Order: sequence, then C-alpha cells, then structure tokens
Amino acid sequence: MKTMSKTLSHLDWLEAEAIHIMREVAGQCANPALLFSGGKDSICLLRLAEKAFRPGKFPFPLVHIDTGHNYKEVTDFRDKRAAELGERLIVRSVEDSMKRGTVVLKSPLEPRNKHQSVTLLETIAEFEFDACIGGARRDEEKARAKERIFSFRDEFGQWDPKNQRPELWDLYNARAFKGENIRAFPISNWTELDVWQYIEREGLELPSIYFAHQRQIVRKNGLLQPVTEVTPLKDGDVAETMVVRFRTVGDITCTAPVESDASSIRQIIEETAATTVTERGQTRLDDQTSEASMEQRKKEGYF
Amino acid sequence: MGANEIQDHGVLRFLTCGSVDDGKSTLIGRLLFDTKTILVDTLNAIERTSKKRGMEAVDLSLLTDGLQAEREQGITIDVAYRYYSTGTRKYIIADAPGHEQYTRNMVTAASTANLAIILIDARKGMLTQTRRHSYLANLVGIPHLLVAINKMDLVDYDQATFEKIKADYLAFAQQIGLKDVRFIPMSALNGDMIVDRGEKLDWYDGPTLLEILEEAPCAHADRDERFRFPVQFVCRPHDSANPELHDYRGFMGRVSSGVIAKGDAITVLPSGATSKVADIQIYGQSLPEAHADQSVTILLENEIDISRGDMIVKTDEAPAVTKQIDAMLCWLSETPLDRARKYVVRHTTRESKAILSGIEYRLDINTLEKQGADKLAVNDIAKVTIKLAQPLAIDPYTENRATGAFIVIDEATNNTVGAGMILQAS
Repeated sequence: MKTMSKTLSHLDWLEAEAIHIMREVAGQCANPALLFSGGKDSICLLRLAEKAFRPGKFPFPLVHIDTGHNYKEVTDFRDKRAAELGERLIVRSVEDSMKRGTVVLKSPLEPRNKHQSVTLLETIAEFEFDACIGGARRDEEKARAKERIFSFRDEFGQWDPKNQRPELWDLYNARAFKGENIRAFPISNWTELDVWQYIEREGLELPSIYFAHQRQIVRKNGLLQPVTEVTPLKDGDVAETMVVRFRTVGDITCTAPVESDASSIRQIIEETAATTVTERGQTRLDDQTSEASMEQRKKEGYF
Repeated sequence: MGANEIQDHGVLRFLTCGSVDDGKSTLIGRLLFDTKTILVDTLNAIERTSKKRGMEAVDLSLLTDGLQAEREQGITIDVAYRYYSTGTRKYIIADAPGHEQYTRNMVTAASTANLAIILIDARKGMLTQTRRHSYLANLVGIPHLLVAINKMDLVDYDQATFEKIKADYLAFAQQIGLKDVRFIPMSALNGDMIVDRGEKLDWYDGPTLLEILEEAPCAHADRDERFRFPVQFVCRPHDSANPELHDYRGFMGRVSSGVIAKGDAITVLPSGATSKVADIQIYGQSLPEAHADQSVTILLENEIDISRGDMIVKTDEAPAVTKQIDAMLCWLSETPLDRARKYVVRHTTRESKAILSGIEYRLDINTLEKQGADKLAVNDIAKVTIKLAQPLAIDPYTENRATGAFIVIDEATNNTVGAGMILQAS
C-alpha cells in the first residue's frame, strides 16, 4: 500500500524538531536542566517540554539565574508557571555570587547580564548538571548563527567557536566528561516571528509587560530606557510617559522597551512582521558595545 | 499571516556552495535583502564595516560572516545558518565555506539540506571545486541540485557563455550519476533572477531562483517511504495519584520516514518482537496516524521490552539488521583514523562499539580516482567496512537518509570524528 507523508506546516515542523532535541537531551544526559527565565522564548520551551514528556514529569528541573534586576511581573510569572506545571524550579541569584565574592561589581547599578555566567557555572557545579537546555535562537545574533544545537562547553564554561564538534543530520553528540557541559538549544532554527506565531497558536500566557502599557522612560542613544529603582533618573534626564511593550525581557539595566500600542499577540505579530529593526538591536543595551560582544560573552560561559 | 490562514508549504532547508569568489555570500545577502529579511540596524552595522574597510558599496557578504576571526581574516570558516520566510514557506539556509580544507563543513551543511545551490562564476566556468561540491552534494544525498551561473553581468549577460557552462556541467553530471539538476543564469550583485527577473536576461525564460525554491518539494514529499521510528525515550509516569497511568508505557520518538496508523502491525528491532499500534499520542491528544518528521508517542497493544536505541518498524517493511556494514566514510577530525582503536558508532538513537575492519579505497574527490589507503586523515572520504558490537537496523543511505546515516565518536575526546553513509549490510 502506498502511503505518502503529509508535509508539515512550518510551525509543526519546528515544534517536532524541538521536541526531538529535548528528548535527545533526556535520552543522552544523566542530569540535565532547563533554563527558564519567564521570558517568551523559554515559555515556548516549557510548552515544548510538555509536548515532549507528558503524561510524565519533565526529566529535568527548571533553573533560573536571577540577576536581582528582573521585573517583578516576570519573576512572579516564572514562579506561577512552574507551580502550574508542578515542576521543580531552582533559582540562584547573582547577588549570592556577589556575597561569595565571585562576582565583583565595578559600580552598584551596572548591568549584571555578563555576571550571570558566573552564577550559572556555580549552579551547574552545585547540582552537577551535565546539560542545560536554553531558548537561544540562531537568528538573534551573528555568533549564534554558527553555534551548534548541542554546543559543548569546557570545564570553564567556555565556547570555542573555532573548535566546535561537527553536527550532522539529527545525530546529536551530547557526550561530556565530568565538569564539562552541553548547552542544547531546541529552538535554534526559530525566528522571532516563529516564536510569536507559536505563542499565538498554542495560546500561551505571557508576563504582562510584553503587552502595551504606560511606562516612564528616558530616551538614550535612540533606545528607550525605563525609569526604575535600578535605572533612576540622572541629572539632565528628561522623563516621559509613553505607551510601550517589551520585545524581550531580561535584566532591567540592559533591556529597553519599544514604543507600541500592541495589546494582543495578533497585534504583536503584525508589528513583528512589519518591523525594520532586529530584536537585539532595538532592545539590548549590552549588544551594542562592539560587533563581537555576544561572541565574547559566550566564550566566557554565557548561555 | 498566521499559519492557519494562508497555505503553508512548510520548511525548505537548502545549502549554498561555491568557490571563494563565486559570490555565495552576496547571493545569500541578496536573498535576505530582496525578501526584506535584513533589518535596518543590521544594514547600518554592515555599512559601517564596509566603510571601515574602504569599500564604496555595501558589502552584502558581511551579513554571513559571523565570527570575529572570520571578520578579521575576511573568510568564512564555519557553517552558518540563515533564515527567511516568504509568508508561504520558511527557509533555512546552510552557508558552507568553499575552501579546500573545509570539506567537513560542506558535508555537515549538506547533511540536513534538501536542495543545493552550486555557484559557478560565469567568467571561470567549472572548476575543481565545482566538481567536488557537486560530488559531495550527491554523496550526502541532496535530492535537488540547482546550478547558479553567477556574475552574468561580467560576461555581458551572454547566453552562449551560459549554454557552454551548462553543457560542461551536464557532461560531468552524467559521469557521476546526478539526476535532478537545473540551471539558472544570474547576477547576485545586481539582483537579476534572484527574486526579481531584472532586465538583462530576456533570453532566459525559466523561473527565478526564488520561484524554484518556492516549488521545490520538501524532504519527505512525493516519496513512498518505509516507516522508521527510532525510540528516543520511554515514558513510564508511575503517577500514584492517577491509577489510569499505572500501566502507561509510551515510546517517544520522531518518525524518521513513512507513515504509521493505529492498528498497524509493528516489529521492534533488533529483538524482532511484534505487536500492534494501540494509540498514537501527542500531549494528551490521540492521532489516527503519524507522518514523517512528526514527534509523537506510540502505545502498543501488548507489553514488550523496548528501550532507547530500539527501532519500531512496520512488520511488512522491515529493514536489514546487521553487525557489519559497508559505508562511505568522511573523516572529520584533525587526528587521523587509527585502525587499531575502537570507536563508537551512533546510528539513529543507538550506539555501538565499532572497529574499522577494512578500507577498500580512498577517493580523491578532485579527480574521483580510487586509491589504496590504510589510514584516513581529515577531509578524506573512503569506502570502508565496519564491524559492530551491537546489531543495527539499517537501510542504504540512498534509500533512507535517517536510517542510512551514522556518526563516529572518539571516546577518548568525546569528539565527533566521522560521518558515514551506509551502502549495505556486508
């Protein structure tokens, strides 16, 4: 009997690939973790994990490295979502690393994104994780475009872009010696638009700051900097109240919102499809420094 | 906009390969630019870099040169993946470096591609690298080849030049057994025949590059395939609060090829145990059937012992199960293959210790000459015989890429050191 396969829609294909990647992590690694920040990409990871492993429990805990500078709406959402799923959530804080003396700040309100690497490596050591699943996408940044789906990190957490393991077909190699680590990226092949379309299709709930809201901001170098406790007004700053939303949520000191009145996923998708600026270019205050800044951070152990 | 509102032709993965100066990066830049995938800030960044290097026009090739080392040296050293969408189809481009020493990157990029664009500089015609890339694309089983004769602007858009290169290529294609080959004249720099037709190639009445890509079949379309389901993970929830789940045993995996339906008779390999499909599930939903590429959970009518590494197939279309294979092997590691050592072969979700018991020949991919060899160095391709400690359920690679492919892992370093394509059980 001849039976032809149907062609999957692009979202079904991306979903099936991501589920396969997660199951490979679970099948090959003894003690993996899933990095969950409460942001949109890792929210997609949780739905993918449900589709990969239900009716069973997830074969990994959820881990968040908290800079201490996160929006409350996002950390509240993180806790709520983990509780709804009935899955274990481990939170480790950059502030604990500061107390231990392993993170030393140059100034008290400096961006803490790069310091997350230290706390992440300490957390990996504490729980002896051999793999971390993350929500990074190859369309985010030039260095990511060349990173493997299963990306090897040495015992210092370093990514060596010139010495990556060949990755062929869907035969992923998750082998690592003790102390080394694999970072696995199930949504490597997704774009920002794919993520929003998936959120819409699956009806996924998001932290409220992804949607249009009023916020006090200051205009700086073409970006909107929110006025908060950790990013207070400085002399000469002119605060404005504006209707904005976040395209990406992260450390308050380095994540800028965009002007938008999109209050539904549908409206966000329409804006995303029509946008003229990349997600990181418009919203990440920390990627602008040099063209190679992401690559530099990843070499140092950033996820 | 949404996936449900317009026709969705799924995902097409393709590969671009060419010599260093064939304009490959410019072609990709042009595709991204003309499909409006490049956003303003990215364009600004490459404008700054172009100026810094003293160039007048924006260098679209900078879009694909991602790593710091590459930007410094002005070369591409690793496979980069790029994305764009036309609204009806999502594209994943694997951009493979063209340098001689990077055969392994080309094989890597080709392994997941369903179509390859082979670039030829119209001024130079076929080069050794063109032959090599075509041979590799064919070896790695890319079903559709598209020969893009680029830089037509530099030969005054001359039809005779195009026809000459086409004839040369067809002669070569016949020699190595290429089947589905198409030709297109273009100028990536000026955008002729990429997304728009331009005005200079009136004599060409075939489709544009984008039109060919839009209509190319996806990986499993139009193929009569046998059902293969390597088990990745076994789900046994043991949920004491939910007695219904007490006996739940779900076999989780992604359909590599073919179709399975509820009630179908299956065989588990290598054990040979048989059963019937009781249910196909995903996330609590029951499906009547599952198709190639879908990730699902299969439940069987009777309790048989199945674990990761086993393969579920339809009983009436079972593959060979063997502990010795003949294969084409591409060596990927700087450390040469040592025939005295044992390696690990990973095939689907199964691993086995392996010994390379013989090298029939090493292939010079510049001349396609078969040479005797007793060791393999990086970028070598050879026909080999491999003995396995565990039996594998295999298909010839030309029939099924998923069950015909394997990688070789060096346990001393955990590195992936080889890529293999099975010819047959031996």
